[in-house]
Parts: sequence; structure tokens; C-alpha cells
Amino acid sequence: MPRRDDIKKIMLVGSGPIVIGQAAEFDYSGVQACKVLLEEGYEVVLVNSNPATIMTDPEFATSTYVEPLLPGPVAAIIEKERPDALLPTLGGQTALNLAMDLSADGTLEKFGVELIGANREAIIRAEDREVFRTVMQKADIRIPWSITVESVEEAFESLDHGGASLPAIIRPAFTMGGQGGGIAETREELETIVSEGIAASPIGQVLVEESVIGWGEFELEVMRDHNDNVVIICSIENLDPMGVHTGDSITVAPAQSLTDPVYQSLRDTAIKVIREVGVETGGSNVQFAVNPADGEIAVIEMNPRVSRSSALASKATGFPIAKIAAKLAVGYALEEIPNDITRATPASFEPTIDYVVTKIPRFAFEKFPGTDDRLSTYMQSVGEVMSIGRTFRESFNKAMHSRELDAVCEVPESDEALLEALSTPTPDRIDLVLAAFERGIPMEAVHERTHINPWFLRELVELATKGDGTEGLERIYNSVDTCGAEFEAATPYYYSSHEQPGSPSEVRRGDRPSVVILGAGPNRIGQGIEFDYCCVHAAMTVRECGRDAVMINCNPETVSTDYDTSDRLYFEPLTLEYVLAVCEVEQPEGVIVQFGGQTPLKLAQGLKDAGIKLLGTPVEAIDGAEDRAKFGALIDRLGIKPPPYGTALSAEEAGVIAERVGFPLLVRPSFVLGGRAMEICYSKADLEVYLSAHVQASPEHPLLLDLFLENAIEVDVDALCDGDEVFVAGIMQHVEEAGVHSGDSACVLPPMSIGDDMLEEIKKATSAIAMELGVIGLINIQFAIAGGELYVIEANPRASRTVPFVSKAVGAPLAKIASRIMLGQKLTDQELPKGNGNHVSVKEAVLPFSRFQGADSVLGPEMKSTGEVIGIGHDFPTAFGKAQAAAGVSLPESGTVFISVTDTDKAAATQLATRFHDLGFKVVATGGTAQAISRMGIPVESIKKIAEGSPHVVDLIENHSCDLVINTPTGSGARVDGAEIRSAAVRHGIPCVTTMTGASAAVRAVAASAQGPSEVISLQELHAG
Amino acid sequence: MSGFSPGYVLLEDGTRFEGSICGSLEGGVGEVVFNTAMTGYQEAVTDPSYAGQIITFTYTMIGNYGVSPAAMESSKPHARGVIMREARNGDDAATAEGGWLDWLEANGVWAITGINTRALVRHIRDKGAMRGGIFPGTVDVAYAASQIEAEPNMAGSDFASEVSPTEPIEVAPEEGSGEGMHVVAIDTGIKSSIIEQLTERGCRVTLLPSTATPEDVLGRDPDLIFLANGPGDPAAVDHVVGTIRELVGKRPMVGICLGHQLLCRAVGLETFKLPFGHRGSNHPVKDLETGVIEITSQNHGFAVRGPGGSETIDNDEPVRWDTDFGEAVLSHINLYDRTVEGLRLPDANAMTVQHHPEAGPGPRDSRHLFDRFLELAQKPGSSA
Repeated sequence: MPRRDDIKKIMLVGSGPIVIGQAAEFDYSGVQACKVLLEEGYEVVLVNSNPATIMTDPEFATSTYVEPLLPGPVAAIIEKERPDALLPTLGGQTALNLAMDLSADGTLEKFGVELIGANREAIIRAEDREVFRTVMQKADIRIPWSITVESVEEAFESLDHGGASLPAIIRPAFTMGGQGGGIAETREELETIVSEGIAASPIGQVLVEESVIGWGEFELEVMRDHNDNVVIICSIENLDPMGVHTGDSITVAPAQSLTDPVYQSLRDTAIKVIREVGVETGGSNVQFAVNPADGEIAVIEMNPRVSRSSALASKATGFPIAKIAAKLAVGYALEEIPNDITRATPASFEPTIDYVVTKIPRFAFEKFPGTDDRLSTYMQSVGEVMSIGRTFRESFNKAMHSRELDAVCEVPESDEALLEALSTPTPDRIDLVLAAFERGIPMEAVHERTHINPWFLRELVELATKGDGTEGLERIYNSVDTCGAEFEAATPYYYSSHEQPGSPSEVRRGDRPSVVILGAGPNRIGQGIEFDYCCVHAAMTVRECGRDAVMINCNPETVSTDYDTSDRLYFEPLTLEYVLAVCEVEQPEGVIVQFGGQTPLKLAQGLKDAGIKLLGTPVEAIDGAEDRAKFGALIDRLGIKPPPYGTALSAEEAGVIAERVGFPLLVRPSFVLGGRAMEICYSKADLEVYLSAHVQASPEHPLLLDLFLENAIEVDVDALCDGDEVFVAGIMQHVEEAGVHSGDSACVLPPMSIGDDMLEEIKKATSAIAMELGVIGLINIQFAIAGGELYVIEANPRASRTVPFVSKAVGAPLAKIASRIMLGQKLTDQELPKGNGNHVSVKEAVLPFSRFQGADSVLGPEMKSTGEVIGIGHDFPTAFGKAQAAAGVSLPESGTVFISVTDTDKAAATQLATRFHDLGFKVVATGGTAQAISRMGIPVESIKKIAEGSPHVVDLIENHSCDLVINTPTGSGARVDGAEIRSAAVRHGIPCVTTMTGASAAVRAVAASAQGPSEVISLQELHAG
Repeated sequence: MSGFSPGYVLLEDGTRFEGSICGSLEGGVGEVVFNTAMTGYQEAVTDPSYAGQIITFTYTMIGNYGVSPAAMESSKPHARGVIMREARNGDDAATAEGGWLDWLEANGVWAITGINTRALVRHIRDKGAMRGGIFPGTVDVAYAASQIEAEPNMAGSDFASEVSPTEPIEVAPEEGSGEGMHVVAIDTGIKSSIIEQLTERGCRVTLLPSTATPEDVLGRDPDLIFLANGPGDPAAVDHVVGTIRELVGKRPMVGICLGHQLLCRAVGLETFKLPFGHRGSNHPVKDLETGVIEITSQNHGFAVRGPGGSETIDNDEPVRWDTDFGEAVLSHINLYDRTVEGLRLPDANAMTVQHHPEAGPGPRDSRHLFDRFLELAQKPGSSA
């Protein structure tokens, strides 16, 4: 059946903010779907609250709504837009859940919206563990058994009657972090662990599951069309065996260690699973455990939608799963869709590859001190790199180089300690495995600790002892072609590999001048999708300007690594060696380093030294902004003040500077992104701890010390400069006060409480700095306003994290304008927005604390958020409320608010309590705060601090007896209570505000939402005319 | 396994690829073809259809899971040599009974690794499958070229007779599979997986030498005559074609791969040499009787011409065309290059497919065809 004509308008739901487990891969899949549906002539209504996505660019949909992905707002959009169909399978779990909610609450039926891609029944069959179990059992598909017991006798009974077997995993119900659980290998162990587990569980229940820990883990990406044709796109083998979440595992494609019969059994089972679950069209992912001893297969789970693994599979094979899934959803059959890459053959085939793909996850445990970095069955990584090489060793080694780690892992000195360390899966384990092999520790010993398949270990021994096998060979570029070279590839998607000298390279360079755009590498906290957004805009602009856009990146989760985004894609590590090699082939007109965050910026000097032309802001200007002394002199010339500061090259010097500047001090190493190792020191003692615990100041690693301006308002500015003039695109006021990293602070555009004179002063200062530095392109400057004075905190002559937010808020593509400037156009040649319109935009950060057990959820100068959302409204409270809702913080409309603040915040807290009281809230507070509130005549319930014994504040939270927590921490001193309060709030999903400005914004948002639901408005409507 | 030593692959057009000899040191010549499957190296090498050929594996890591008796598609390797990018000899897999390179060496299969197989494959893809050889670095290139020149072309080569048994072989049905039919196969190099698919379905299978006469076949009173897969040019085994021609219509008849080509030639259709053949595990084939697309295992260098002698067929219709034994009805088409993948001869109660429904190696989507084959042999009026 060809394209469906009975539907005209299709709603597509994105995945919302980047969170752990749901990242930029859904921007990639959503963008592919949007493009293909528009091409097919459908109207596309897109909903996604994440402004940093390409899919929310107005040109990718007919109507784009940056609204919270919640049933209320989305139902309002449905009512307004009246789409014929909803495609929920391309926006991750968020979109799928939302579609289920809208189906359950009758919205879809009410407005006659058809679910396409996967129906409600299929989603339930795949997502509901019990239903899935039943469906699989009926189809005679083996899945690991699992039972719930409330006594040891019950467990034994199952064991005796074949309902259970050993070894088994025991997990107590409703306890944190698997407390009281374990693996039982004998009857005695089962007895002990089950009884302990029952005791530990608040409801006296334990889950006993089959242990497949140590089995090999495999995934198959499957596609099915409405003619019931099914194809496997890619097989993936996890290097880390079962027990580590696949998102946290090193994975390799295709599967390496499976014989043909076992692989075919997986294939047959995957096909059976997709049919039984009943996913009618589109992509699914089926996960398997395979017993290495006998090839026994068990199905672990299936995702009835496009997933992170399918993004990886698409990049690994060149087969665009999301694009094809969208086409299948609107009626096409696989055989009716041509394979983009060969153009000659249909999509109803199975890709075969002639290289090895390696994915390595990237973690951020260092950002969350106090958390256990043990990898487990829930995902904790924040990003990933992928690499392609002809052999496993080459591919793996490239991936290791792509990681861009900030620190090298510490290898225990003794072999015993090293082997002991190998027993626990951690982010560093792979480095330790290699270290063990370098020391000559035998493979068997490593296998015993890690259960990593000997096939991988054998390869790793060879890598560690003999290298990656590229010696004596020459680097060339091959194409990714889906077919192992059986057909000619039309798509310019390349990777480097090493072959015999004189081997041909497949790059078809053409005659047009090219511009190389360096991507941002793996997603990490501080460098996320925002930068990929900018790189994609650069590629689009380069093409518009008549050059070939050449993209280099190694992150499979991105739009930039879609082969459609650029004229030539090189899937390569972002190191100087690999980038220079591409430049050698491309002979580009220039390289753009401004858009990929710190990653390409670090390469700028090296590129310049190699004679490569950098487009836009020159290296000197980058250095002039990064180098404290140079930058200090520059702003001094311009008459702009920094907070008192100093740069220390040694610990002693740091002490001297502290004496001069005073406390509190903001301390950080230079050349970092996302506020890595940045802290506020309130005393000499704090500083000493910092210096000993974190960073050794040295001439190579200077330490920056700034006076921390307490209670200042922080302001972020994004501006464009063409060398002649400066356009200030957006001034954002932080909702949290200075001291919270700009990436973690909510911000509002236009500013809500900055006077016109000060705004003018900010604009002037921005222009002066941009011109004086010699910026060509984008610049981001952070200011602080304290005591009516403007201070400049820092300037970054590159695309900032806020570029996509500002672009969406003001309706102008900043990254595109910047790219045009870099390619020689002037600001006056371009259409620039006038003013900010009649709306207010709020950006809110999304934080991952719930993923990291034991982490304090307090915000500080080190960035911790993984993603962001936007809220747009006609006034600040509405926009702020939308942003909060989109970020998953459901501000209560009524109930109990708990307030506990530092002494300096007591006065403000009283006012806050008054407003909450007026809105009908019950107010609860601890000692001092309660007294202050009570004095204002506001009824307040006093509650004990933790030290005062139960029932105390944490009990209040654990019993869910409060709906909102307002808790401001001091820099030093009594932090412990605060940390426990915040940690409990995070655990129980109770919104927790940690700054007074944030609290004041929250109370205004609560008041606004009491006025009724807010209007939904598309970006196209917002910026029309 | 002996150590690696320098070696090279030379093609008849003089193109040369450097690598390391990693098996038997003698080296030699054959037709150089490529296979795009990512698993099943041992099955491929022991498939008699590869007789006379040197297989280039497009997947780079070959030998990953060792070798095992279960993966044997015949009693010994038939491919003359293998060309690889990164050969592996590990035997850690639970099913492995030895390392791949050790096994190749023990069986006298030439092997070379470190070859830029992708460049080699692109060359063959563009220029067509051609003769070539694997040579140790010590062998003079001019001498190597003369060896290649001396090798006969695949077109016109009868390898089927070489791999055929000299005496009839009886294979009993699988235990407990029930009272089945008697299938008599003209064994031009039959794969074990085919025999297994038949015996699994209760068939008693008799394998006859390719020199069997029509009387030999009919004398065994077959319920179904099976024409096996096998190596070489279908146009070079006219003696078998002649035998088949005399059997057409006398008993239900099915053919796979070479058997398909031979039956088609027997009823007056023509075969031609594909530029570089189909060898792999990912070719989409559409079953025109059901509309279902199956991913298939393929291994053939020649194909049957369609209506009017055309090499490809443009639409997905079960087109009909005349043969010496009534109409041929197209039943399967290859969606990659739209060549004939299978047909029925209703008047002769025969059907054939070009691909390998038995898998081994490769996907098992088409295994149900064996049921269809056996249905053909159900006598009219009798119930299944």
C-alpha cells in the first residue's frame, strides 16, 4: 500500500529535555521523521519542550509547540490543531507514555486522533512486564522467570516445583539501591537472602528472579511493515555481560561471538517477538541474554519504538531507521521505499557491514561526589561515542580516543588490587582490563572477574600488547554503504581505516570549496545537544552559501551525524590527528570551531599551527578571552569592571590572592566547561580543602580565583559580531542568584527586573568587549549585577549553551547568522529580529539527581544539569510555570509547603510564607524560620530538625506530608540537614527549590496556574510577521 | 597454525593486493568471488557450490567462533581458498572444537589475511568475478599470472561432476519424524542442510551420482525428484540436463540453486552468468504466490533468463512464459536486481528456487518452502 491519503495532519511528540536514558538520539529520530513527513506532503504538528533540539526549529514542522509534554497541554494542542494521527514511536519513552495517557483519558478518541506506528494494545503488550511475560510464554519464547514471594517457604516451594531455579537474584520490594538483596547460588543462600530481604522490605515482599548475570547480552534492531515483512537492521553485542544496563555497556556491531545458527535463532526469535507484540509498522528493539555455555537464549525486553540502540544501529549501518519508520507509519511498505544509500535497491533488506562499530558510554560520576560509580541495571551514563574501524582493535581504539576524558583512570599498584577492582563494573573497568593485560595478567584471571566474553578479551590482549594492528598501514577513507560494497554507495558517509599502502580512498570530494565543521563529541554535562544544534545550523548555512559542508563528529546520538545533514560526514574522533587527516583530504576553505563547545576550541591552536584556516573568531581572540591576564587588561582598557580576582600558579599564590581579594571566593581551574571543579570557598580552610582535594595549581594548570558576589543577579548575553558591529541577540536574567552555574539556573528573556539604563549598559559593554576581542561570529558574556554595579564575569567567544534557547525565544537563528558572518557576510546583510516580542521565555534546567544515589541536589557553581526546557507565555509566572512543568517539577496547586532557609533569607521567607498562605497552602517550617513567619501572624506548623529527633523534617517528606520544599543552603556550616532534606525530596519526587529567587518565581507560577490553564501557542504564530 | 608470512592476491587483470598467508603455504588459483554474510564462514567453505572458487569475505573479522562439526555443509571444504581482512584463530566459543586457521591449514585450504578486502570486492563488483589466486610472497608475480592464465574460466566449467558421489547414498528420515516420502536427489553437490530439511520432514533421501540415468532415478521409485545445488556453470553439465529432460513430468520435481538452473535448461530456458553473482545472507526475495518478502541465503554466479530471454523482470507479477514442457510461472523474484529467483512448471508438476531455503548459513525465512516442495509430491486426491 502506498502513502495514506486519508490522513492529512500528523502530530509528532518529541522526548522533552535531555535526561539520562533519553538523549539527543530522539532529536535525530524526530528530525528524520519530520523531514520525511513534510516531504510526503503531510502537515506536521510537533510538540517538544526542549528548545535545544533541531526538531523544534520552526522549519521542521508546520506548527511547532514548545509546550510541556503533559496530557493537559498536549490535549489543548490537539483540540486546537485537530491532527488526524499521532505518531508516538519516535520520541522515546516520554512520547510513548504520553500517547498512552492521551489514549487512556479519552482525548484521542474525543478528537478522532488515530495512533499510528504502534497501537495501544501493542504498547501495553511490550511495556507491561506481566502482559509481556504472558505473551512471550504463550508464544513459547523463553524469558527469565520472576516470582514475588513473602516468605522463605514460598521461595522454596517455587524452587521445588520448577517455578524457580538457582542461581537467583533477590530484590526486596520498595527499598533503595537494592538494599538487602543479593544473588543466591545455593538453597542456604536463598534462605538467608530471602529472609533478610523480607525484613528489609517495608511491605515484606521480595522479587526472586532468574540470574542471567554473566550471560552475553545482545540486541537486534527489527523493522516490520504492514505487509508483515520483517527485517533485522543490525545486531549489537555488549562487551559488558548482563548486569550492566545496555546504555552503560560498551557495545559492538555486528555481533562478534555468535555462530550462524545461534545468530539465526536470535533473528527468528526477534521476528517472532515483534509479531507477537503486534507492532504493526516501524522499528523495535529486542534484547537478549545468551548463555555462553550452551547458546541458550532468553528475551529480556523489547521496545516497541525507535530507541537509543536504533539510533546507534542507524549510524552503524547507514540504514535510517527513524526515517523508514515514519514512512511505514503512513502506509508505505518496506519494498516501496528505496535504500537511500544504494538508491538502486529497496529498503526491504538486511544491511551487511564490512567493518566493526564500537560504542563507549561517557559518564559523569565526578560531578556527583559521594555517589557510588558502580554500574548496574539502570542507566547512569550521560553520553556516548561511536567509532568505525575495519577491525575490532582499530574500531575499539578509535572509540577509546574519542572519549575525551578529563582525567586518566588510576590503576591499582598491586595485581591483586587490580583484579579485585575488575570484579566491579565501573566506568573505568575497561581501562583496568587493558592495564591488566599490559602487565601480563592472564586472560583467564580477567575473565573470571569480569565474565567478559573471551573473544573480546583475546582481542584486548592483542590490543594491549601488540597495538591496534595499523602499523605499517596507511589511513584511507571508506564509505558506510549498508551492503558490504556489493552495490555502489551514493551517500557520502565516511570513516577512516588503515589498509595496505596505496589503497584507494572512497571520498568523492568534488570541485566545490568545502568548510569543515567540528562537532562537540560525546554528550556530557556542560556540553550537550545545544552544541550539536549549532553545528547542524552551521552545516545548513554552509550549504546555503554554496560550499560543501563537511562534518566531523563521533557522537551517534546526534543530528549532526545524520548523513543528510552535511555534504560529507566523517565519523571520526575529534582529536587533532584525525581532524588534520580529514583536512588533508578535504583541503577546506576553512574550519569552524565555534559551535562544538570546548572540544573543537581545544584544537584551534593546533589547527592554526598546521596552517589550517579557522573561520570566524581568530585563535588570538579565543586566547584573549580565556587568558585571565589578557582579558583583565582588555576590560580594564574598556573601563569595565570584573569582580576582584587573581590567577594562581601555585597553592601559595592562591593563599596570597585570597588575602587580597577576600572571601567568599569562587575558585576554578582555567579552560574548563560546565564549571568542572568549580567551588565557592567561604574561608581559608575551605580553600585549603579545595586545593588538596581537587586541583593542584601549577603554571600548566593555572587556578582562577574571583571574589564571589553574594546576592548578585547574574545575566547571560548572547551576541553576534561581524567585526564592524555587534548585535545583542538576547539578554537573559538568571532566576537563581549568582553562584549557581548558568547551565543549571533557570533564566528569563527578556529580563524581568533589570532597568533600562542597566540593560543599555550591558549592551554597551557587550559590544565593546566583542569588538575589542575581535570576535567574528558568536560571543557569550556573563555579567553580574551587585549593588547597582555591573561586573563582567567571563566572556566566551563561541556559541554558548543558550544559543538555541535565545534563537527560539527571539525568533532568529543565531547560529545561522553567525555562520554567515564567518563566511563573510555582514550583519547589515541579514534579517535581524527587532525587540523581544510580547512574550516571555523561561529556560529551566533538568537535573539528574534521582539517578545518583546519595548525591546532594543543591545547585552550585559546578554544572550538574543534563538538559533544559523552555516555557513561553505572555507573562513571567506563566512561562516559569510551563518551564517547571516541562522540567518535570509539578508545582502543587495546593497543599503543604515546607520552608527552611538560612538566616539571611529569613526576611524573604516570611514574605514567601505569606503568599503561600494567601494561596491556601499550609506552611510548615523549622525552628528559626517558623518563629520569623509566626511573628508576621501567618499560621505555621513548627517541625523538628533532624538532630532534634523524630518526627522531623525528613519524616515529613518521606510520609509525603508535604508538596513543596523550599530549602536554601548556606555556603558552609549546617549543610548536612539541608542535604538530607533535598535528597529525600528528590527520592520522593517532591519539588525542591533551593534559592530564594527560585522560590519567589515558583509562588508566582502557582498563583498564575490558579487562574486556569494557559494558552498554547506555536512558534510559527509567535514569530509571525 | 604456522606463523603469518607475506603473500598476495593476484587477479587475472593484474590487480594485486598485499596480505599475509595464514594457512596452507602452497597457494593456488580459482575464481575469486565475494560473500557478504557476517556469519557462517565454515558453512560457506564446506558448501560444495564453492568448488573451484576462492571466497573473499566482506566481513572483516573471520574465524571469531572457531569451527565445529555442526557447521559442516559437506564432509570437507570445497572452496579452494579464503581471502580475509582480519583472520581469527580463537577457539573460546563453547561450540568450538578448534581454531579456524588451524582447520583451514589442516584441510589444505589456502588462506590470506590483511587484505584490503573492500577494495578487492569493489574491484570485482565493477569488473566482474574473475580468476585469481592466493600466492606466498616468494612466488614471482609473472609466474603467478601464468598460473591464473592456465586456470579454465568458470563459464563452461563442470565442477558438479567433481563433487558428486560415485555411489548412491541412502539417508534415513529423522527418527520420529513419521512415515515420509522417498526423495531421490541427483547430487551435484548437495548441502547437508538440505538433506536435514528433508529428513526432518520424514523423507527418506537417496543421493545419486550426477551420472545417474533417468532409469536409475525412476528405478528408485521416487515420490519426488530433487535437483541439488552445486558448483560451476549450468551450461557445462549437459549430461545432467539431458537426464532431467527425460524425467520432467514423470515425477514431481523440485530444484534448488544449480538444480533450479539445470531444470530450467532441461525445459528449454537459458541461463547466463551474473556479473559478480549473489553470495550472502541478506538478499530480499519476493514470493509472488504470497506477496511475502523473505531475506534469503544466496550463493550463485549464474541465473535463469525470464520471458523473452530477458535477464530481469520489471514488475512483481507472476508472469508466465512458454517452455518445452508447458508454461513457466514466475514464483520468486530477487528484489535487489530483479532476476528470476524461482518458478513453477504446473504442467510438469515441478518447482524450483534459485536461493537457499535451507539456510545454513543465513536466514531461515524460506524454510517453509520445503513444505511446499513436499506438497507438490502429494498425489492428486490424496490428503496430506
